[in-house]
Amino acid sequence: MARVVVDVMLKPEILDPQGQAVQRALPRLGFTGIADVRQGKRFELELEGPVDDAALAKIREAAETFLANTVIEDFTVRVEDGQ
Amino acid sequence: MTTRVGVVTFPGSLDDRDAQRAIRLAGAEPVALWHRDKDLHQVDAVVLPGGFSYGDYLRAGAISRFSPVMESLIEQAKLGMPVLGICNGFQVLTESHLLPGAMLRNNHLHFICRDQKLRVENAATAWTSDYQAGQEISIPLKNMDGRYTADRRTIDELESEGRVVFRYLASEEGGLCNPNGSINDIAGITNAAGNVVGLMPHPEHAVEPLVGTGKTDGLPFFTSVLKQLVNV
Repeated sequence: MARVVVDVMLKPEILDPQGQAVQRALPRLGFTGIADVRQGKRFELELEGPVDDAALAKIREAAETFLANTVIEDFTVRVEDGQ
Repeated sequence: MTTRVGVVTFPGSLDDRDAQRAIRLAGAEPVALWHRDKDLHQVDAVVLPGGFSYGDYLRAGAISRFSPVMESLIEQAKLGMPVLGICNGFQVLTESHLLPGAMLRNNHLHFICRDQKLRVENAATAWTSDYQAGQEISIPLKNMDGRYTADRRTIDELESEGRVVFRYLASEEGGLCNPNGSINDIAGITNAAGNVVGLMPHPEHAVEPLVGTGKTDGLPFFTSVLKQLVNV
C-alpha cells in the first residue's frame, strides 16, 4: 500500500506555546543549544489504490479543507518512498 | 406562536442542556437538534453550545464543522438566521468560515475557568440588542483553546466595522484582563450581517441568580434574539 504524508505546521508568525514549553524543558534535561522548537502534526495516509495525480490532488484538497486550517497553518504533501 | 431556538448536540457537547434552559428562561421554546440530522426542524435561530465536540481532535470544532446539521445551518446562517456559537460553538463557527479567524491554544497552556468581565462593544447584533454598547458584564469563562487570532487585514476590518462584539476586561479585583492571549482582547465577534455571533465566555451559565456568577448577565443574549425574531 502506498503512503502519503501530510505535514501540518502553524504558520511562522503564529505563536506556538506548545513548542515553547518543549523548548524550555530541553535544557533542563541536558539538551542544550536548541534555539527554537515548533510543534506540528503529521498525518500518514495509506492509500488503497496507486498514488497518481488524481489521488494526490484529492489528498491536497483534504489537507486544505480539513487536515489543516489554512488561516493559521501551512501544510506539505509528499509520497513516502517504498520500504 | 412560540419562537423556536435550536441547540445542536454534537458528540462531546457539554452545555447543550444549559443553553436549552437559558432559552426557556428567556421565554422561547428550546428545540434539541442532533448533529447527524440535516433537518433544522423549523427553528428560528440556533445555538451551538460549549463542550469538546469530537474530543477537540484535529482542532477544536474542526470535525463538527462537517456534521450533516452544519450543512443546513451554514446555508440558513448565510440567509440571515441568527446563530450563536458559545466556546466550542465559536470554534465551530470559525472552522465553518461563518466567522473569520481561528482559535488557538491559550498562550499560557492552562485550561482556564473563572468569572470573566467583558465589555459589550456592539449592541446591534441579533444576540446583543438587550445590552447597551459599553455595558460591562460578568459571565463564566472556561476553555483551553480560546486564543482568537486572524491576520492583520481581518482584524482591521473587524475593528473598523465594529464587529468586535465583546472584549475582555480586568476584574474589579484586578485580575488579568486577557485570559488567553486573544488578539486585541477579543472575546467575541460577529459577521457583517450581525446575525452570526461567536464568543468564548458562557452566557448560558449566568441566567439565574442561584448559580454561576450569581448574576443574570447572560440572559439578555437569549431575550435579544427573541425580540429580534418577534419583530421580524
